[in-house]
Amino acid sequence: MAPILEIDDLSVAYRSAGGDVHAVEHVNLTLNAGEVVGLCGESGSGKSTLAYGATRLLRPPALITGGSVRYRGRRITHGGDPADVLTMSHRELARIRWREVAIVFQSAMNALNPVLRVQDQILDAITAHLKLPKHEAREKAATLLDLVGIPRDRLRAFPHELSGGMRQRVMIAMALASDPEVVIMDEPTTALDVVVQRDILAQIVELKETLGFAVLFITHDLSLLLELADRIAVMYAGRLLETGTASAIMREPAHPYTRGLLHSFPSLHGARRELIGIPGTPPDLRDTLPGCPFIPRCSYTIPACSEVDMSLAPPIAAAGAGPDRPGPVTSDSHLTACPIVAPEEVSQEGVLS
Amino acid sequence: MKSLANIWRNLPLKAKIGVGLLGFFILAAIIGPMVQPYDPSAQTPLTMAAPSAQHWFGTTQEGQDILSQVLTGIRLTLELALAVGVIVTVLSVLIGVTSAFLGGIWDDVLSLITNVFLVLPPLPLLIVLLGYLSQQGQTPTIVVLSLLGWPWGARVIRAQTLAIRGRDFIDASRETGEKSWRIILFELIPNEISLIAASFVNTVLYAIGASVALAFVGLTNVNSWSLGTILFWAQTDSALQSAAWWWFVPAGLAVALIGTSLVLINSGLDELGSPRLRATRGTAKVAGHKIWPTDPTPVLAQLQGSRGRIGSFLYSFSRRSMLEGNAAGGDL
Amino acid sequence: MAYLLRRLAFYLVAAWVAITLNFFIPRAVPGNPAEIILSKYPDLTPQAYKALEQMIGGAIGTGSLWSQYLHYWSNVFHFNFGVDLANYPTPVSQILDQAIPWTLVLVGTATVIAFVIGTGLGILAGWRHGGWLDRSLPVWMFFQAAPYFFIALVLVDFFAIEHHWLPVGQGFNGEVTSPGWTWAFISNALEHSILPAFTIVLTSVAGWMLQMRNVMITTISEDYVIAAQAKGLSKGRTIFTYAARNALLPQLQGFGLALGFVVSGALIMEIVFSYPGIGYLLLEAVQNKDFPLMQAIFLVITFAVLVANLVVDLIIVFFDPRARAREAA
Repeated sequence: MAPILEIDDLSVAYRSAGGDVHAVEHVNLTLNAGEVVGLCGESGSGKSTLAYGATRLLRPPALITGGSVRYRGRRITHGGDPADVLTMSHRELARIRWREVAIVFQSAMNALNPVLRVQDQILDAITAHLKLPKHEAREKAATLLDLVGIPRDRLRAFPHELSGGMRQRVMIAMALASDPEVVIMDEPTTALDVVVQRDILAQIVELKETLGFAVLFITHDLSLLLELADRIAVMYAGRLLETGTASAIMREPAHPYTRGLLHSFPSLHGARRELIGIPGTPPDLRDTLPGCPFIPRCSYTIPACSEVDMSLAPPIAAAGAGPDRPGPVTSDSHLTACPIVAPEEVSQEGVLS
Repeated sequence: MKSLANIWRNLPLKAKIGVGLLGFFILAAIIGPMVQPYDPSAQTPLTMAAPSAQHWFGTTQEGQDILSQVLTGIRLTLELALAVGVIVTVLSVLIGVTSAFLGGIWDDVLSLITNVFLVLPPLPLLIVLLGYLSQQGQTPTIVVLSLLGWPWGARVIRAQTLAIRGRDFIDASRETGEKSWRIILFELIPNEISLIAASFVNTVLYAIGASVALAFVGLTNVNSWSLGTILFWAQTDSALQSAAWWWFVPAGLAVALIGTSLVLINSGLDELGSPRLRATRGTAKVAGHKIWPTDPTPVLAQLQGSRGRIGSFLYSFSRRSMLEGNAAGGDL
Repeated sequence: MAYLLRRLAFYLVAAWVAITLNFFIPRAVPGNPAEIILSKYPDLTPQAYKALEQMIGGAIGTGSLWSQYLHYWSNVFHFNFGVDLANYPTPVSQILDQAIPWTLVLVGTATVIAFVIGTGLGILAGWRHGGWLDRSLPVWMFFQAAPYFFIALVLVDFFAIEHHWLPVGQGFNGEVTSPGWTWAFISNALEHSILPAFTIVLTSVAGWMLQMRNVMITTISEDYVIAAQAKGLSKGRTIFTYAARNALLPQLQGFGLALGFVVSGALIMEIVFSYPGIGYLLLEAVQNKDFPLMQAIFLVITFAVLVANLVVDLIIVFFDPRARAREAA
């Protein structure tokens, strides 16, 4: 598994007269080529800030306060050193944007220009990066619509003339316009009804298999990720609480927050049980308290919780490593900073009281 | 009182300048009659005189002191504009809120009337109305300006009321059996204060502009010294041809400055009311650097690097950099 | 299409209101306007007086109010606005015909120029939010608040009286040339229109610029502009095709709404320049208590503004694909 996007110790804050709002704090996340990484978290957890910050699309007063974002796509690095997105000039960024890393926005109605036809908007994405003669570009736009299953006559339509599901597919088609290596999907199905949701998700999986791009899938719905993602990262109050493969997260969730999330939606199998939410509210991001941000809402805290390093750096005591040499982070790594990892501490029904 | 202090603190600088400017003119209006050196209508043999120690703003063709005229004018014009402002604001709130609250056929009818009067140009109608009214003086002007001034505010307030009316807490009030007028007075209107304030300021602006224009054309009492009347006489008595700039400049400048103060205040109120306009105000500067919307998100390390050695040294003493020191994971 | 038809119907209603108001006002005000006229124009012939009464009503009204109303409507449709009092027996429509072209060309052109320049500056100011244009905002606000005719007075005093660079007033210099399609006339007329046009542009640009700036600021934070940046599009394309093109719609609507005020201000300004347009005619009508002329001018101005609004609606529909669909539902 070759890494394609390495987010290393990234911190993003929103500057205001009243102090900084620490939206993202020391996040380490790696995306490998062709894999689907799910980024899961509630509103305000910083998941969108992380994604848009990594592509430097955030508007003032956002400020990236630390870290690096290394991109390893072959078209840019030509087999050499990775390029750090955070040190790129405006022109270099323009080359990376869309061509290498594309974004599917949350609300297609808002993300599509209301006064331009679908064709023109897709053509914009194509001609900004590929030097194609006009008729070839138009043919490519039509092909893209074929890919997502939209009839070609919709090319001449305006966004408000399409249904919600179609608009989202147009967004996906547009994202694939210049054949990117990474596609960031920001809650692409949240605004749609369940039936359309399944269609779109199936489409995404199919496209991924065919075209081979990596996906960073942002959502608040952990149940979606369990089916869709190869690996999952759980985010809370600007920090990653836990990362691991989908199956590991599902079978052996380590962090109490993850366990809370898993038990907050019903399963189709098994006995009926009471749905438990997670009481409390996320913390104010203006204060950075040390250690795990979940402490106020967690029923398992121990003194060590406020001293842990939340950056989820590779574990020291991993297989094959010595006390001074950090172990390798493999794509199978199941990481968390939570010191209370033993599953037998949790009661039988997984209830957090 | 605390919310008033809060509002003042949040007002952008330009609005505060506007308040100050307006305050100056209001003061001039209040103390005007006590301070003016001459009777504005008193004629002297010193005709068309340029500004001097005796007559700070010079004299008219009849030898009247322009400073006294301007002071009187400020008071009369502000009185009229204030009166119109109050009447129109009351009318537009009444019509706007009623129209939105009642809905149905009432809303349609009232909206139609509002829109018709919005699209008809006010000045020609004002001219016809005032032209026929034989009595002169402030009252017909006030009445006529008020009759034509309410559509603007009514439309905006209606839109806002419609937006709020759909909100849950209004339905909740209805459920608990609160009477309509109580809902309007205690739930709706407090939520629209900033809009009503902006509408009031706008109306005063309109009243000043319209009354000055009407006076300039000679439609109001040409013997009372409103600012527009001063300009009327300046025009009629060929101040221009005699290059008597002191005749029309002070009065016109007064109108312009009062108007400017109102526009400034309004723009400040706009920013207070619209969080988006406010959010972008003053935040185009991040960490001391100007960031345009099209710029990629700035990276702190690079911003600091561009400051140069002395700059970084000086910067390290600033409060900002202390904050950054803590934010960049200093304690972990 | 349905949208435009609805707008047209609305303007027709507004026109009807204007005509009806014009009919009722002289009959509704306290006092008898007919007597005022009699006192001012004692030499009026009985026929002229009768014609006047048909227009404005009076003690000796012919027929019921309703028949007077209908008669009035037929007059309006035949562009019969009665006979001018000050220049008896010239018909009012003839006097208007001479003045309308001057106003149309001057005010029409200057307003459009001001709108285009103001909108362009507004795009810049909105995009570079916080730049030098923003810092000069209070200056713009001053010009927006100053009465048109005051700026005109200042400009004429400076450019014409004190420095003799430009003519003081009038539409053209009657001693040098006379109306006609000759270059001598046109160039002279152009020279005389520089100051008035400049005044209109100077005073109204500020309003358009401030309005566009505010609209741009809100538009820039829309998702589709961020998406345009994410797509790596050029700055120009992002600013114009994604941001400005959308911001233009509320801006045009604002233009329609403000037209009444802009035209009014420009008319008053004509007085300062003794420009032979409708504004100047209005002043004379008011001072002479020339009611037929006053009422006719009211109708002409009102209709002109309504037509202009309709044109703006057409332009909006052209630019906004949603408008065509919106009112059709």
